[in-house]
Amino acid sequence: MTNELHIVVCAGIAPDPLQTLEPVTGATGPGLKNEMMLPAILDPWAASALFEAANLASRFPGSKVWLVSLGPKAKLQQVMMTVAQKAIFELVPIDAPIGGFADAHATAGALADAIAALPGLDREKLLIFGGWESATRGAGVTLQLVGERLGITDQFQGVDQIDLHDDGSFEVLERVEGGKHQVSRCIGAPAVLGWATGNLAEPRNNPQTGMANMRTIMPALQKAKLATLTANGLHYSSVSLPKQQRTTRVVKDRSPDEIAAEIVAWIGAN
Amino acid sequence: MVESILVLTHADENGMLSQASLEGVTAGKDLSVGLGAPLVIGVVAVNGSLATSLGFGNARVLCVADEALAQSRYASDAAACEALCRAAHASIVIVAAGSRFTRVAAGVAFRLGGLIDTHITSINVSASGEGRSIEVTRSFYRQRIEAVLSRDARPWFLLIDAGTHAAFTGDGPVGEVEDVPVELPSLRTQVLGLRAPQQNALTIRPEAKLLLVAGAGWTKKQADGQTHAAEAGDLILGFLRNTGASLGSSKSLVDQGGDGGPVLPFLTHMNQIGQTGSMPRHAKGLSTCCHGEEPHVVGWRFIADRRAISLDPNCGWARGKADVVYVADAFKVMAKVNEKLAAANEANSAVAAPDRDFQRSQEVDAAVLV
Ligand SMILES: Cc1cc2nc3c(=O)[nH]c(=O)nc-3n(C[C@H](O)[C@H](O)[C@H](O)COP(=O)(O)OP(=O)(O)OC[C@H]3O[C@@H](n4cnc5c(N)ncnc54)[C@H](O)[C@@H]3O)c2cc1C
Repeated sequence: MTNELHIVVCAGIAPDPLQTLEPVTGATGPGLKNEMMLPAILDPWAASALFEAANLASRFPGSKVWLVSLGPKAKLQQVMMTVAQKAIFELVPIDAPIGGFADAHATAGALADAIAALPGLDREKLLIFGGWESATRGAGVTLQLVGERLGITDQFQGVDQIDLHDDGSFEVLERVEGGKHQVSRCIGAPAVLGWATGNLAEPRNNPQTGMANMRTIMPALQKAKLATLTANGLHYSSVSLPKQQRTTRVVKDRSPDEIAAEIVAWIGAN
Repeated sequence: MVESILVLTHADENGMLSQASLEGVTAGKDLSVGLGAPLVIGVVAVNGSLATSLGFGNARVLCVADEALAQSRYASDAAACEALCRAAHASIVIVAAGSRFTRVAAGVAFRLGGLIDTHITSINVSASGEGRSIEVTRSFYRQRIEAVLSRDARPWFLLIDAGTHAAFTGDGPVGEVEDVPVELPSLRTQVLGLRAPQQNALTIRPEAKLLLVAGAGWTKKQADGQTHAAEAGDLILGFLRNTGASLGSSKSLVDQGGDGGPVLPFLTHMNQIGQTGSMPRHAKGLSTCCHGEEPHVVGWRFIADRRAISLDPNCGWARGKADVVYVADAFKVMAKVNEKLAAANEANSAVAAPDRDFQRSQEVDAAVLV
C-alpha cells in the first residue's frame, strides 16, 4: 500500500489578534466594527493544520493538499498573499460573509459540500484537517460536523502529532486534561484531525512557492461559489465586550525583598 | 415549548462519573428546576453499577455499558451517546466539556438532527410570552466578545465549559437504572494510553489554585547584556516546587525553541496561555517577564486575581489587565520569593505546602504513562 494522501485543510480567516475588536449589531445580526477593514490572518490553529498537512504531503510522494476556506473573496485574496508563500496547496474558496457570529452548522454544510465535490478526491486517502477551534466563533464543532456529513467516524481533536506508518495506519496525539496527550492508533484514512499547535514552526515565506500557488489561487478566487449561511434558529439577545478593565495598582521603587514578602502573603491569602 | 432535559455523562478510569460529568449533572438539575422540566441522566460506562451509584433525585437514569467504552474514542462514544439521546427523546441535551465528550458532542447533535452551542458559561431561564425560554452565555473571538443567545430549533445541545458549575454530590437514595442497548460500529481506532510530554511532566495542573506564567523576558538579555536561561529555569521550577502552582507561558517563550533562541527545556506549547493557547481556570495568576499583550491576556479570562512582575511600567498588565503590577526585576524578586517560601515550608507553615508530587516527578521522571 502506498501512503499517498489527499489532505483537505479547512481553514477560515480571523482578525489579527492585535486589533481592537468592537461588536456592533447590523441588519443581518451581530458583527465587528469595521470588520472588512481589519487586517486578517489565516485562523491560527487551522494554519498549524495547513503546515502539518504540507509537511506530511511533502514526505509522501503523490500526495495533495487542498485548502478549503470560507470567507469574503476580497479578504481571502488578501490573506492568501502571505499564506501562499508558506505551503503548497490548491485553494478551494467559498465566498461567504465574514465573521464569527455565523452559525457553525451552516458553515460546516458549505465546507462538506465543497469537499464532496472536489474532483479526483479519493476517500481511501482522505484526511480532513483543520484547527480544533477557530479564533472567531471558537465553537470547536465545525470539523466534527464536516466529518459526520461525510460519514467519517474516526475523529481526533486537539491534535499535536500524527505519525504515519508504511501500512497506512497512523498514531495520533490528542490533547487531554492535565497537559497530557492521548495516544491512539487508527488503521488508516479517512479520518478527521482538528489540530492544536502541532510541532512545526511557521514556515518562512518562500516567494517561489507563492508564485506557483498564485497561478491557481487567483482563478479559483474568481470562480468562488457564493454560499448563503442560514441562521438555523440562532438569535442573539446581546453582544458586548466583557467588563475586563481593572484598576491596576502599579508598585514601583520597592526592594525585591519587600515585593517578595507581599507576593508570598498574597499566595497564602484565601 | 415543552422541554425535557438529558445530561450526558461518562465514567472515568475509576468507574465513577467524571468531574466534568458531575458538573453537567448540576447544570441539568438547575435547568430542570428552572423550567419545571423532567430530567434524564445518561451514563456511558464499561459497567454502569459504579457510575450510577449516586442518587440522582427524581431523575430517570439511563446507562449504556460496554467494554469498548473504556476507551475515549469518537466512533464508540458517538454511538453510545446517540443511543442515550434516542432513548431519552430530550429537547435539551447538556454535555459538560471534558476532552472526551467535547470530541463527540457536535457529531451526536448532527445524528439527532439537532444543533449545538459550545463554551457555555451560564444557562438562564426567563419567562417569555408562551412560557419560559432558555438563553445561554458564551464568548466569541477567544473570550474577547460575550454574547447571550438562544435557539428555536430542538434538540439543542449545550456544551458547558468546565468549572462553570459545582460538581454534583448526590441527591437521595440510588434509584433504578435502565439499560440502553448500543450497537457499536466496527472500530478502526484503538486508544493506546496517555502520555505526558517528558519536558512538562506535572507542570500543568488544572487543579492548582495558582498559575505562574513565564514570559519571554526570562530568556532575554538582562541588564548585564547576557541571557540567564538556566537561572530562569531554576527560579521557575523552584517556585513550582514550593507552591504546587501550574505553569503557563507566553507564546513568544514557547516559540523560542523553534526559533533557535535560549530555551527553558520544560516548556512546550501545551503550557501556552492565550489566543492560540489554553484558558485555564485558577483562582490566582502571577505573570513574570511577560508583557501582557492582548493575545496572551485573553487566556486569563477565568483568572480573577492577577498580579504581574515586569520591568516595563507601561506593559499591558499595568493598563488595566492586572490588579497589581510590580515594576521590578523578576530574577531578583522570584529569588527572594523562593527563599521565603522555602523557609516557610521548612517551618511547616500553612502559607504554601511543598509540592511532593512535583519533587517525585523530578526524581522518578515518570514521563511515559502509556
Ligand atoms: C496569531 C497570533 C496568535 C497569538 N497567540 C498568542 C497566545 O496564545 N499566547 C501568547 O502569549 N501570545 C500570543 N501571541 C503573541 C503576542 O502577541 C505577544 O507577542 C506575546 O504574548 C509576547 O510574549 P511575552 O510578553 O512573553 O514577550 P515580550 O513581548 O518579549 O515581553 C517580555 C516582557 O518581559 C519583560 N522583562 C524582561 N526581563 C525582565 C526581568 N528581568 N524582569 C521582569 N520583566 C522582564 C519585558 O519588559 C517585557 O515586558 C499571538 C500572536 C499572534 C500574531
